[in-house]
Amino acid sequence: MNTPLTIKETQDGLKSKKFSAVELVDTYLAQIKKYNSDYNVFLTVTEEEAYKKAKELDKVGLYTSPLSGVVTAYKDIFMTKDVRTTAGSKILDSYIPQYSATTVRKINNAGGIMIGKVNCDAFAHGASGENSDFGPTKNPWNSEYVPGGSSSGSAASVSSNMSLVSLGSDTGGSTRQPANFCNLVGLKPTYGAISRYGVIAMSSSLDTVGTFTHTVDDMEIMYDVLRGEDGFDGNVKNFNNVEIKKKLKLGIAKEYFNEGLNPEVEKMIDEVKKIYEKIGVEVVEISLPHTKYMVPVYYIIQPAEVSSNLGRFDGIRYGNDRASFGEEAKRRIMLGSYVLSAGYYDAYYEKAMKVRTKIIEDYTNAFSEVDGIISPVSPTPGFKIGENANDPLKMYLEDVYTTSANIAGIPSLAVPSSFSKNGLPMGFQVMGPRFSEHQLFNLGKLYHKEIDYKPKVAI
Amino acid sequence: MAKLTKKDVLHVAELSNLTLSDAEIKKFTPQLDKIIDFVAKLSEVDTEGVAPTSQTTGLTNVTREDVVISENGLNQDEALSGTDGHNGYFKVPAILSKRT
Repeated sequence: MNTPLTIKETQDGLKSKKFSAVELVDTYLAQIKKYNSDYNVFLTVTEEEAYKKAKELDKVGLYTSPLSGVVTAYKDIFMTKDVRTTAGSKILDSYIPQYSATTVRKINNAGGIMIGKVNCDAFAHGASGENSDFGPTKNPWNSEYVPGGSSSGSAASVSSNMSLVSLGSDTGGSTRQPANFCNLVGLKPTYGAISRYGVIAMSSSLDTVGTFTHTVDDMEIMYDVLRGEDGFDGNVKNFNNVEIKKKLKLGIAKEYFNEGLNPEVEKMIDEVKKIYEKIGVEVVEISLPHTKYMVPVYYIIQPAEVSSNLGRFDGIRYGNDRASFGEEAKRRIMLGSYVLSAGYYDAYYEKAMKVRTKIIEDYTNAFSEVDGIISPVSPTPGFKIGENANDPLKMYLEDVYTTSANIAGIPSLAVPSSFSKNGLPMGFQVMGPRFSEHQLFNLGKLYHKEIDYKPKVAI
Repeated sequence: MAKLTKKDVLHVAELSNLTLSDAEIKKFTPQLDKIIDFVAKLSEVDTEGVAPTSQTTGLTNVTREDVVISENGLNQDEALSGTDGHNGYFKVPAILSKRT
């Protein structure tokens, strides 16, 4: 059978009895068996659970829940009751959670089928997947390249047809950048839109639950299932959908175009601008003056919060002891301890929190003029495995376009656009004011409709 | 900013409850120095009179009713399931040593 690439195709096929949910699971499992050893995507395959759920769905035979039959992979930082959850780290190599994340529960209740747990940079620290203690995941579009990170397996799984959708996390770009490198739609929601209960914490003022899909329509379905208060994450609030405007105005910040931006990516952004103008969306130049301070602010606040969140791993209640931390986790814990330590707190941490305020003001000003901001996701169309491995600072600079949405707490949708001359996927992101996700979906759909976008898998 | 030294690295490793090998100290010292030097460029930004932001929701004092919901908690076996445990307790490293 041809594996369906959208939720609608999946459910139409199930309802018309073209295939059963069990046959769908067969297909995804066959793909995993065929390719997982080449690409190192899944850390745990939940074959038994997947068949059990599929049989339940087939027994009822209606497939009317929003995610009926949607085969889902979870980044291995999502707690899954009775299923090993490692966070990509040897510290948790045999950890079995006693409860599931709210998002896992919501997807299950909406008819979704868990197919397994996927690889990631350990504790979500990284932009390439290479920091996983279980080895790097390879990009299904070109196995010499990284799939992006830290949600490396989540992106590789969907782009290689090992699952229809997946969940990841986005603390500084960890969903949007791998989506961009793997030809997928990726969403970093508004801070506080989706519960993080049961997601192993990295940086609590920046962490969000990310989603990977092939189309913007599917992203909207996933988002509407996942969002909303659960009573367990005090940062989450319910909100009303924004009104979808007819007349839209987008901004592109002049600060994005500097020497670090690859010319092919720059040209692609210009083409995206032209597409929007063609369909009657006004695109204007704006200024986000603190753009060059995004990475420094991020690499103070984030390690500070990492050092606190990883303090709980003491090997007493669960997991192995702290000697099992990988190199990147150690670097970030120490950086965090440094910027929080006596004598340095004011100069680094306090300073970063103040610059964060100024960055938020930049966005508030921008959104008084425009409905959304178009930006590159990554400065390049991808990099090879090993290319940045020995220079952590160089790797951190990969986050230059993505950290801002986390710092400001705003949503951003990564949208695939085209391929580079080397055949690597490229795309852009569109950021909006807090809780404007549906407006971003509208913008993504308008763009894909105009370019007649068709989802594609790598293998 | 002064250069990060081996002594600084050992100090933050201690604060972080991490034990580093000599090879790690050698590797991390220049790497952390370079990163600290990079993030220090925030000192250029004028933040006089700017209030710090620690979270972006605008929510304050989110609380729940002070009632026990037993299905939201773990029972003793569940709580201990990640360790070997000892007679229903967690085993912790000794913090007191014999007087010498």
